[in-house]
Amino acid sequence: MDFFLEVLIGGLLAGIMYSMVAIGFVLIYKASGVFNFAQGSMVLFAALTFVSLVERGFAFWSAFATTLGAMLALAWAIERGVLRPLVNRPPITLFMATLGVSFIIEGLAQLLWGAQVHGLELGIKDEPIDLGGILLSRFDLFAAGIAALLVLALSLLFSRTRIGLSLRSVASDPLAALATGIRVQRIWAVVWAVAGFVGLIAGLLWGARLGVQFSLSLVVLKALPVLIIGGFSSIGGAIVGGLIVGAGEKLAEVYAGPVIGDGLENWFPYVLALLFLLVRPAGLFGQRTIERV
Amino acid sequence: MLLSETGQFSTCYAHDRRAFRLRQERVGLGLVLAFAFLVVPAWASDYWFSAILIPFLILSLAGLGLNLLTGYAGQLSLGSAAFMAVGAFAAYNFQLRIEGLPFLVSLALGGLVAALAGVVFGLPSLRIKGFYLIVSTLAAQFLVQWGLTKFGWFSNFNPSGVITAPPLTILGQDLSSPAGRYLLTLLVVTALFFLAGRIVRSDLGRNWMAVRDMDSAAAVIGIPVARSKLLAFAVSSFYCGVAGSLWAFTYLGTVEPHGFDLNRSFQVLFIIIIGGMGSILGNFLGAAFIVLLPLLLSNLGGSLLAGVIDQGHIENLQKILFGLLIILFLIREPDGLASLWRSLRARARVWPLRA
Repeated sequence: MDFFLEVLIGGLLAGIMYSMVAIGFVLIYKASGVFNFAQGSMVLFAALTFVSLVERGFAFWSAFATTLGAMLALAWAIERGVLRPLVNRPPITLFMATLGVSFIIEGLAQLLWGAQVHGLELGIKDEPIDLGGILLSRFDLFAAGIAALLVLALSLLFSRTRIGLSLRSVASDPLAALATGIRVQRIWAVVWAVAGFVGLIAGLLWGARLGVQFSLSLVVLKALPVLIIGGFSSIGGAIVGGLIVGAGEKLAEVYAGPVIGDGLENWFPYVLALLFLLVRPAGLFGQRTIERV
Repeated sequence: MLLSETGQFSTCYAHDRRAFRLRQERVGLGLVLAFAFLVVPAWASDYWFSAILIPFLILSLAGLGLNLLTGYAGQLSLGSAAFMAVGAFAAYNFQLRIEGLPFLVSLALGGLVAALAGVVFGLPSLRIKGFYLIVSTLAAQFLVQWGLTKFGWFSNFNPSGVITAPPLTILGQDLSSPAGRYLLTLLVVTALFFLAGRIVRSDLGRNWMAVRDMDSAAAVIGIPVARSKLLAFAVSSFYCGVAGSLWAFTYLGTVEPHGFDLNRSFQVLFIIIIGGMGSILGNFLGAAFIVLLPLLLSNLGGSLLAGVIDQGHIENLQKILFGLLIILFLIREPDGLASLWRSLRARARVWPLRA
């Protein structure tokens, strides 16, 4: 039983890491209806920039600030160069444009900073903690704490600030928001910048876990099933989806792995997401779409 | 003038429905085919066959497969490479396990197995729509790749998982030379393109387009939405499966799961974005673009920038350029290269009369 709990909690904590990437998606999808495939490369870009700056002698906070500045510039460029010319196009077109964006960001990141693996040290020792007989990773607990802080900060931003208010109004009805004088395009840039910030945090945590390297951009493939389960438009959904995927994946790996062979963590989340979708076609917390003909 | 319709009358509906309604178009098509079948084999070098022409033809076919599904039936897929892999491995196993099975038959059987896989992964499309659907095709992508590497039976228990394709012979003719492989590929691709041209003009093709434009509206006017979607998955996967077998047998000469990873799926998707969604010709244009651009860039990079930029950077620059081109196409020419062709054609038709 202890072993089961250990696997379960380890999985849940790992799932939070997936949620961190998924939250960036949700923010952008809510505000601009864009399914942003480039979120993974934004995570890579942020982590790579940060780590390269630290290696060049920047202190933690100045590297963090510089990277954040780069993410803001990126958000602005994406809004100007991609979203604005493609406004009012079908969602599928925008999705494919973000594929292009992810190519550009990945190429740029490696062109600027090289393709080798960088180690990233956040000063948290990854040693197990004993909690009532259950061994937990200290790093995973730290990541969960950061995620909780992040969600708290985002919900404060959304519910307590003017920008948050405009964000919510753009999300619920872009045309009406435009009519009341909100600058929709600026809000888009803000949202992409916030998503870039979330990407930076996720990039630091993932980079500390796996090392900063190209494969970091593949976390987008882990975040997809999380989003699907949680629904594209709910931050809470992204958290719950991450927990489900993380726990399901770990449990399947430990208990089903010996039976049908290892390496199933690549596809298991997708099959899990598919099962959820068959029951709830818009995810657990997604908005049901009502179609008019 | 060039494409004038003067004097060419349709005398029955069948004439009106033809893909190539004008005599000039039919003659032009005949010339292109004669060039491809007769002139090219005599003239092209082995490098042209193996590095450019064969992959170009096969990628056009894979693009056509995805285009039928995404461009005509409106179902987004990120799993084309998975269906290519299913086709390749199925065709290989048919060849291996049934003595003396003709190559073209195992090609078709491989395509049918891929079609079956397509229907299975297409089933969720009946219930989920839009972006949520990519989870199903991505599940296909990862599940198929995992299964093919995990279970040795598929690759005949070859320890490396990479298998050598058997020699190509058709009716006793040895086709293993580059020119022979080119001709075989060209034959299959031409036949399947003509078939696709017929399909998209048939009831089925029209149903697909109705489902693409709005599936609830299509259901209201009595179009069998479920059947159309599943048939789209089946036909598309059949095409991808055949393309996958050709990729393994006539292009690479080996069959391995890693050649059919997610990047391949993206490559096929880019072919239809650049070539044009919902267009048959666009697949050729997009595939030519995708095959030629990297060659051009590495040649340019090799000669112009030699010493200035190393090889790894050229790859990154290529990636950036690809991304920029995709975005540029989506912004400036959402219907792809095919629409450039369409406007040229329209100009040629009204030539002396244009303003």
